[in-house]
Amino acid sequence: MVIDTVRCVGCMDCVVACKTENQVPEGFNRDWIAYDVTGTFPTLHMEIRSERCNHCDSPPCVYCCPTGASHVHDVGGVVLVDADKCIGCKGCIAACPYGARFIHPDGYADKCTFCIHRVEQGLDPACVAVCPTRCMHFGDLDDPNSAVSTLLASRNHHVLMPEAGTKPRIFYLT
Amino acid sequence: MSSFSRRKFLKISAATVTVAAGAAACAKGPATPAKPPRRTAKGVQRIPTYCDICFWKCGAIASVRDGALWKVEGNPEDPLSRGRLCPRGTGGVGAHYDPDRLKRPLIRTHDRGRDEWKEVSWDEAFAYIANKMHAIKATYGPESVAMFAHGIGGNFLKHTLKAYGTPNFAAPSFAQCRGPRDVGFRLTFGEDVGSPERTDIKNARCLVLIGSHLGENMHNSQVQEFAEAVGSGATIIVADPRFSVAASKAKHYLPIKPGTDLALLLAWMHVIVTEGLYDKEYVAAHGFGFDQFAERLATCTPEWAYPETGIEPETIRATAREMARHKPSTLVHPGRHAAWYGDDTQRSRAIALLNALLGSWGRKGGFYTPVSMDVPGYPYPAYPKPAKPMVDNPGKRYPFAHEAISTGIREATITGNPYPIKGWFVYATNLIQALPNEPETIKAIQNLDLLVVVDVIPSEIAGWADVVLPESVYLERFDDLNVEWFREPFVALRQPVVDAPHDQKPNWWMAKKLAETLGLGHYYPWKDIEEYLDHRMTAAGLSLAELRTRGIIRGAPQPIFADEGAPVVFGTPSGKIEFYSLQLEKAGFDPVPMYTRPTDPPPGSFRLLFGRSPVHSFSRTQTNRVLSDMMDENEVWINADMARRMDLKSGDYVCLKNQDQVVSNRIRVKATERIRPDCVYMVHGFGHTARGLRHAYQKGASDSQLVTRYVTDPLMGGTGMNVNFVTIEPEVTRG
Amino acid sequence: MQELTITRHNELIDPMLHIWSWQIPVYLFLGGLAAGIMIISGWFVLQGQYKKNVFSCFYLPHISLVLLSGGMTALFLDLEHKLYVWRLYTTFQVTSPMSWGSWILLMIYPALWLNTLIRIPERFQGRIPFFDRLSAELNRRPVLIKNIGILNMLLGTLLGMYTGVLLSSLGARPLWNSAMLWMLFLVSGLSAAAAFVHLITDDQYERELLAKADNGFLTLELFVFGGFLTGLLTSSRVHIEAARLLLDGPFAPVFWVLVIGMGILLPLTIQLLAVNHKVKHTALAPLLVLAGGLTLRFVIVYAGQFSHWS
Repeated sequence: MVIDTVRCVGCMDCVVACKTENQVPEGFNRDWIAYDVTGTFPTLHMEIRSERCNHCDSPPCVYCCPTGASHVHDVGGVVLVDADKCIGCKGCIAACPYGARFIHPDGYADKCTFCIHRVEQGLDPACVAVCPTRCMHFGDLDDPNSAVSTLLASRNHHVLMPEAGTKPRIFYLT
Repeated sequence: MSSFSRRKFLKISAATVTVAAGAAACAKGPATPAKPPRRTAKGVQRIPTYCDICFWKCGAIASVRDGALWKVEGNPEDPLSRGRLCPRGTGGVGAHYDPDRLKRPLIRTHDRGRDEWKEVSWDEAFAYIANKMHAIKATYGPESVAMFAHGIGGNFLKHTLKAYGTPNFAAPSFAQCRGPRDVGFRLTFGEDVGSPERTDIKNARCLVLIGSHLGENMHNSQVQEFAEAVGSGATIIVADPRFSVAASKAKHYLPIKPGTDLALLLAWMHVIVTEGLYDKEYVAAHGFGFDQFAERLATCTPEWAYPETGIEPETIRATAREMARHKPSTLVHPGRHAAWYGDDTQRSRAIALLNALLGSWGRKGGFYTPVSMDVPGYPYPAYPKPAKPMVDNPGKRYPFAHEAISTGIREATITGNPYPIKGWFVYATNLIQALPNEPETIKAIQNLDLLVVVDVIPSEIAGWADVVLPESVYLERFDDLNVEWFREPFVALRQPVVDAPHDQKPNWWMAKKLAETLGLGHYYPWKDIEEYLDHRMTAAGLSLAELRTRGIIRGAPQPIFADEGAPVVFGTPSGKIEFYSLQLEKAGFDPVPMYTRPTDPPPGSFRLLFGRSPVHSFSRTQTNRVLSDMMDENEVWINADMARRMDLKSGDYVCLKNQDQVVSNRIRVKATERIRPDCVYMVHGFGHTARGLRHAYQKGASDSQLVTRYVTDPLMGGTGMNVNFVTIEPEVTRG
Repeated sequence: MQELTITRHNELIDPMLHIWSWQIPVYLFLGGLAAGIMIISGWFVLQGQYKKNVFSCFYLPHISLVLLSGGMTALFLDLEHKLYVWRLYTTFQVTSPMSWGSWILLMIYPALWLNTLIRIPERFQGRIPFFDRLSAELNRRPVLIKNIGILNMLLGTLLGMYTGVLLSSLGARPLWNSAMLWMLFLVSGLSAAAAFVHLITDDQYERELLAKADNGFLTLELFVFGGFLTGLLTSSRVHIEAARLLLDGPFAPVFWVLVIGMGILLPLTIQLLAVNHKVKHTALAPLLVLAGGLTLRFVIVYAGQFSHWS
């Protein structure tokens, strides 16, 4: 996923869309907005980021899961949780440096799924599809002609906490 | 209990998601059981409609899964939303599932405002209302009933009341919000800015936002275009006492002192005129009174503006030149909520004049000429001619108000002059939080013989009513056709997606039944709304059936810019852009805007500023469980330095006390670098005192409660509300 | 000046991580204690002590079973999706120390049970004839007994280590990110076990032996702590901040006074005096060691959740 922080206005449409699409329980977030402000008034800089599970290439949550509930899906490298295997030990929550997971009221670990149920039908994830500033892009990073690849090739970008060694796959254009 | 919050989400491919049927879950009343959902078919149905969380009316497509409302998305065919709704619209499901909704008609059983009710049938409610209305007509005349409305849903009720014989209809959005702006532009260009604003943001190469917080102010089409402009590298210039989201996208951020915008605008115009940077051809061709106008600008130098605004002269010059560099594709945005200090019409006129200098009116990257579809209205019998004129602006005290002044009606209700107002109908506007100085509103209400409130939630204004009529939310009803004035012509349909869970009814049904109860049934020759809609669509040469499937029918694109052939007509007395306004001069006002310095806050206090959050809509969404989950209380923004000095940090709770000793509910502090030290800011719509709004009750503080002082704009009666000062007090928990 | 506002408000992770409360430290303590006891009892088995009427041989394995079951109950109580706990045993996830641990725990039960069979205490003799028969068979094969001893020591070591490995693999919590954590838990577990046996035995020889052993473990623990903290303090900014939580941050009073002072230094001093016959052996020192061990687990778990990256 590639997100253009220049266009993002932090309106939280992505959060609301995820909530209704995936019936995320009240009080819980699969995605959220971070307003990152540096400087002193009036010389300020603000980066606005829509954050969620980064579906890392080296996911510590998958490595630590004792039952294999946390796993990497065979399509797209998406990290998913099989609720029927999850025991709710919360190791994955401790393992994730991004705070992307939570325990669903029904007892299992839950998080962003990249709306795999939509992706497998050829649709974009709900957050990407709703964004009114059209700042979110989803696609195949292995395809050099995809929108995401072209954006990464032509714009400055960063990921969250690269030093954590997780190889996150959400890129923020700056 | 929110019916969608406890949901077992198993495997990703699972098709069945068990839903505690919204209808049953929301039924908390006695007697009438909830009706079963209309569509019980398995699978997903997608039904188009248009949104009503705010007034933008974005085309939406609602998805119903296994008979229950699932989600709402944008209609790709809708020019307003272009297939993407804003967060409020996306959260629209929460309005349907809101456990705090009004369920049945109510009549009060005790004094007004005691919030004690009995549930009644619709017939009983209408009988009560009709009796009172007959009484008022007999004693005072039908003109003594007034209506306050916001949104398209007021159309049918207006029709009934016009048939009843009153001329008094007002929308608070004129005097409390966009009125000064529209009048300011009318005085200059001869036309309103309109809603949706006729701004071509997406093609602007330079966008100036002065007192507009687009991006937090979530007008869908405007924000979408704003992102286009930002993404395409347009120069953004923002003047705001607060480092807004828009400011964070700006090449130039001007941390202007509140109340001094007019000085900045005049200084900008001074630079552009004296350096000859304006669009000379355009001004010569379309301008009237330019030379006298230029004369008046002579003293408005950047050096003069600097101590007023706090913006350095070189910055003023640099930004003025930047604006001029990109003309005519420079748009100085007219803003939306313009009622600030009482000189707002003149300030908005200054914005209009600045645009005029840059030649943006009627041109790409500036202002386009809106177009609309030709859909005839329904041929009703003629309305009776009221015996008395409108009550809101006696003797044209505010000579340039071209719409009704809501606070004028309120004043007449209090004083009885020029004639008494004894009945109020309030549709979808929470007057307690919308009109400034709450005690005045309550005083007016106490003079009424009848107060009818039509709402979807038990808002503060509903708490003061005699009769409360519960409306179904937009997802549950038909409504009037939306024939918008926009970039291209289209017509949109609102139709039911799910059933209303209790005894809520649509506005058209209420209006028709009321008319029939009043003996005015002949004003409703159609038997139900589908007949009405079909008639109008057929008269326009269109198909209702097609509209029901697509939700939107678009017309052929029309030219909207001058160079495309769109007509650019200036409806001013001179027929040109009035740089110098003779009509203002004749009426005793400044023909060219002049700056008045605002009063400073007394030492130790802060100017109270307020604005919007992108996840809420006025004071009407705080019990929407989806949207309240995004933000369930507001915060008071205090400059980080000031907070440190006052030993406050983010997360502390304080109360705000204004100059009239009104103390707000407790509110959380946000100590931030993003605001000037001399003002505080909060999002409007919180601090609810209506007990029926259980989920929002006493969460956050109400800015409108603190707006007890306001300055009336002498040109059009707008109520400037940014004139209240607050001190930060230790928190007091209320019972 | 950085001002970061996030709109997320998930229970358990905002504003800071608090997924694990008393259940995990209690398990870590009981597990560590059981691990130490297994190592000690396994050692005694190897030394042939079972031939004597020594307390350690008789009851330690039984006590381990009880302690471990108690710990695992605490662990079970912590789960949020309890009905699915059996899923731990339908797979083995080689990258997950928790998966390793769940299988190790499974294997420990038969190992302990076998240990109980080497020398069945008098009061239990005759109760279950099958056990008596097995016990007799074992006693005819000294090699098997020796292997049981080795097995107990081995599994005990793994039990004492894996929790430290588990926590240190959770890279997102800098405090736990130390290669010394498994050693710390193991040594602390051994020390607690030694103190425990010291406390409950009535055999003079055992008491002296275990007090000396405990002194050794306590001293080693001090060095391990030194290594643990030094490792953090010479690492990156977040690791330094994590170490500072214990050294002079919000957890400092509990750490210095309860864990180091009353959990290690004081009992070490008392026990050194006791084994040199300057004072009598009392329950005070071992109780302090046990309390210190439990407090250590609480501090590590709570402070670890407090530590974070960004």
